[in-house]
Amino acid sequence: MHILVCGGTGCHASESESLLSHLKAIVADKGLDKEIQVIATGCFGFCEKGPIVKIMPDNTFYTQVTPADAREIIEEHIIKGRKVNRLLYQDPENKEHIADSKHMGFYKKQIRIALRNCGFIDPENIDEYISRDGYEALAKCLTEMTPQQVIEEMKKSGLRGRGGGGFSTGLKWEITSKSVSDVKYVVCNADEGDPGAFMDRSILEGDPHSVIEAMAICGYCIGASIGLVYIRAEYPLAIDRLKTAIAQAREYGLLGNGILGTDFAFDIELRYGAGAFVCGEETALIHSMEGLRGEPTVKPPFPSVSGYFEKPTNVNNVETFANVPVIINKGAAWFASIGTEKSKGTKVFALAGKINNVGLIEVPMGTTLREVIYEIGGGIKDGKKFKAVQTGGPSGGCLTEKHLDSPIDYDNLIAAGSMMGSGGMIVMDEDDCMVSIAKFYLDFTVEESCGKCAPCRIGNKRLYEILDKLTKGNGTREDIDRLRNLSQVIKDTALCGLGQTSPNPVLSTIENFWDEYIEHVTDKKCRSGQCKALLQYVIEAENCVGCTACARNCPVNAISGERKGVHVIDQTTCIKCGACLEKCKFNAVFIK
Amino acid sequence: MANIKLSANKLDELREVCKSFNNEKGELINVLHKAQGIFGYLPAEVQEVIAKELNVSVAHVYGVVTFYSFFTMLPKGEHPVSICLGTACYVRGAEKVIEEFKRILNINVGETTPDGKFSLACLRCVGACGLAPVVLVGEKVFGRVAPDGVKDIIAEYAK
Repeated sequence: MHILVCGGTGCHASESESLLSHLKAIVADKGLDKEIQVIATGCFGFCEKGPIVKIMPDNTFYTQVTPADAREIIEEHIIKGRKVNRLLYQDPENKEHIADSKHMGFYKKQIRIALRNCGFIDPENIDEYISRDGYEALAKCLTEMTPQQVIEEMKKSGLRGRGGGGFSTGLKWEITSKSVSDVKYVVCNADEGDPGAFMDRSILEGDPHSVIEAMAICGYCIGASIGLVYIRAEYPLAIDRLKTAIAQAREYGLLGNGILGTDFAFDIELRYGAGAFVCGEETALIHSMEGLRGEPTVKPPFPSVSGYFEKPTNVNNVETFANVPVIINKGAAWFASIGTEKSKGTKVFALAGKINNVGLIEVPMGTTLREVIYEIGGGIKDGKKFKAVQTGGPSGGCLTEKHLDSPIDYDNLIAAGSMMGSGGMIVMDEDDCMVSIAKFYLDFTVEESCGKCAPCRIGNKRLYEILDKLTKGNGTREDIDRLRNLSQVIKDTALCGLGQTSPNPVLSTIENFWDEYIEHVTDKKCRSGQCKALLQYVIEAENCVGCTACARNCPVNAISGERKGVHVIDQTTCIKCGACLEKCKFNAVFIK
Repeated sequence: MANIKLSANKLDELREVCKSFNNEKGELINVLHKAQGIFGYLPAEVQEVIAKELNVSVAHVYGVVTFYSFFTMLPKGEHPVSICLGTACYVRGAEKVIEEFKRILNINVGETTPDGKFSLACLRCVGACGLAPVVLVGEKVFGRVAPDGVKDIIAEYAK
């Protein structure tokens, strides 16, 4: 029997480590350590209810487990065979406790390819990876296939880059393989910078060997003997696990010289990012690895021709690599049978925001947003109304109710004015102001723009300023036109992917939430109440009993009125702190 | 440009770090990571030493240091507070949490309290979106932080 404890960053932050040591100590104490294995795994995906404990082989799924629950799990479930009901996941609708995770709405619609091992194996133990067909694909490639055959297989599978670009992986490998050079490089882009996205981190934390294996396969195909992983310094846990995995692979002869008895040599080194979003762009990433400022350069030449220190370099993202071993093992035809016509396989999304089940999910391409948000995500938090879902991070757009039933794939999302991006999916409800959301993303872009090209450096700043004006109630109708024009200019003229996509949040919110923009400029109103400057606190004369509570608590003395008489707020002095609303016991203060 | 005097043994340690990367200029970012680990921040004097060791201009080192948000030229507080401003945290109210930290500590983002105990910074996504809004104090993660929970977090470290 196995007790699996989630060791992902989310659960880690909720004392999963102490839970793990409690479980281990109790198991040892009961003399069960020969039969029961307690293992720290990667992310189960269901971060909302962490820390998660899963008991195998019966698939029992315990949620929000604290170190204090450890004894009960061992004594009741493991020894007496009685499941601990209060820790089981409770269906939010019929309140039933679900014992088997397969029956949870969260997992029902998912197909896990890239995340196949996350939550199943101990990421710090190479034997567990091997026991689940690990390194079999590498062996197959090295001993049974020529590099060209592997590339053909990748092309046939239809796998497209999961970092956002959506370029055919097989084709990229082919181009790099044809570049003539004595030295070539395989680079894994693990600089996951999208705010609200944590797919790559979870894969590296939960299944680092799948990435190592795929990089070696790629090296074999393109003729490279050095792999570099460019990883964010903000991901210490992922870095540790990756280092452990690389050391183990070397020990087993799966990295280094003469891999698996062949004459193929390949090794992997780590390069650390230092917090710059633009380094997700491949040319910027390569410059950063060279020890320079992470500024992008014009393509062509593409990295596949001239990349790291001007040598041909193949850059793929973590999730793309994680798909590779499965494609080799199960065949391109199998992979291509999943998904839509032009987008094959699955996509991992980080589901976050105002949704009940925050977490990491993997669904076949072509699944609809409605299925993701309502069936897997469990709907909107606190029973509020769905307003928008933001995909693609700062490069993407906000999709609305009318897009809920369109299938998710690369091309559909672009047609709808957003993009796949790396897979962040942030759900928003009626309390979110879409003008403020656009401003939030522009704030991000302005900060992260590298400053090399004028459209991005100056244009985005201007976009931000206009949006700021709107949220403060000083915007005009012409400002909206200005936003549109400027956005188009930036899209057309910026140097790299960051600048070319940065106006997307503005354009998509203008397109889909036109009424809200108009309200901000003509009625000077923000329906969600988020734009503080547009709020007015008023006292309803009918309900006011003149208790003076509001006037006494007003920090700027903006409220006047006699005791037992109706009070009035002076709008010019009011700083909109909301203290009056909080203190009024008679519901006389309201927001207009 | 610098008048901070670095102790001799720390300077030796820094030179050792440069040497361990073969004084290779392509390793600048790795060197800076290690250097920030030693000094806690990257004052001008440290940058000058690195520039000399790697045989690049100080301007080049300064350009790289200021480009990346992970590097800082100001010392952080004893307990660096970082508030996540990723989208998930933003829509779940991270801004109000920042306001509360600013109010209680009486400093702005990017500043350190006069007693050197706390510094305040924002960061973009630690990937613990299930716990949004998230606050980091040092390496410890606090999840689902509400504005009225801020004073308890500060109290925990103020002792």
